[in-house]
Amino acid sequence: MSSVLTELWPYFLMVLVGYLPNEVWRAFGLILARGLNEDSEIVVWSRAVATAILAGVIAKLVLFPTGALAAIPLLLRVIASVIGFVVFLAVRRSVSAGVLAAEAALLIGAFLFVP
Amino acid sequence: MLVLAGTYIGIGALTHDFGLTSWWLAISTILVWAAPAQVILITTVTTGAALFEIALAVTLSAIRLFPMVVALMPVLRGPTTRLRDLLLPTHFTAVSMWVESLRLLPNIEQQWRIPYCNGLSAGYMATATAFGFVGFYLAAGLPPLLAGALLFLTPMSFLMSTARNARMMVDKLGLVLGLLIGPLLTMLDVDLDLMWTGLVGGTLAYLVHRIREAAT
Repeated sequence: MSSVLTELWPYFLMVLVGYLPNEVWRAFGLILARGLNEDSEIVVWSRAVATAILAGVIAKLVLFPTGALAAIPLLLRVIASVIGFVVFLAVRRSVSAGVLAAEAALLIGAFLFVP
Repeated sequence: MLVLAGTYIGIGALTHDFGLTSWWLAISTILVWAAPAQVILITTVTTGAALFEIALAVTLSAIRLFPMVVALMPVLRGPTTRLRDLLLPTHFTAVSMWVESLRLLPNIEQQWRIPYCNGLSAGYMATATAFGFVGFYLAAGLPPLLAGALLFLTPMSFLMSTARNARMMVDKLGLVLGLLIGPLLTMLDVDLDLMWTGLVGGTLAYLVHRIREAAT
């Protein structure tokens, strides 16, 4: 019994603190779909908050990684991110080009400098 | 599609890294269906963070879904559309399908828009789920250096797609402020760091936007 509970616990958490707090905004959108447009002030503010929180997630994943990525030096992770972003801007804001360049920079750097 | 696959390969690797199972990831892709929320969930749920803290960070990251649904519904809704016909498209709403739906649906006859949208979204969801498994098992089998490169996919694809979607100055500023404030709060060991990053960074960006608007 207790092992079943231990196995199901991550799924329970997924629904409780993942699915529900995420889905609630879709439900609000469906209910309140009339009468709000994309340029209304509350929508502009909420998009800025969501963008900032996502940026926080990005920075944490690059600067304070866990596991295998932590074995690659901080400086290399930052330089690879910057190279990827510059390529993204240079290649007409292509996400694929930017991600590929960042990955290439990370791997080349790691092969050259990580013992 | 390529970006979606890359993002979910990275999330698969992350799931492996944090000791969750590949089936947990597959179900979270189908139920949560929002890469940022899934990454927050994966990186906090096994670390013993307070549950309400996780829920708060997830819900703040998900606010963006609200205006997306609001913008999509008028395109889907016809004179005979029932509310329950809109439930599936509402759940499917996420950045990838939203951008394509708004681009493609206006060229399609009203009565076929909902089935078209559901088919497109189911394809995206199946792709994401499959590549989640790919990333998970690659991370399990690859040497550490390559597994590290997989983990690097998620922040990079988030960074570039957020930058591409940030057309207004307020969104660009939100991105830059979040990148600066996030690590700062982590280093200062502030509780609820993701929530404060969003509220402080987003509100500052919004205030600057208002001041600039007032000045012109």
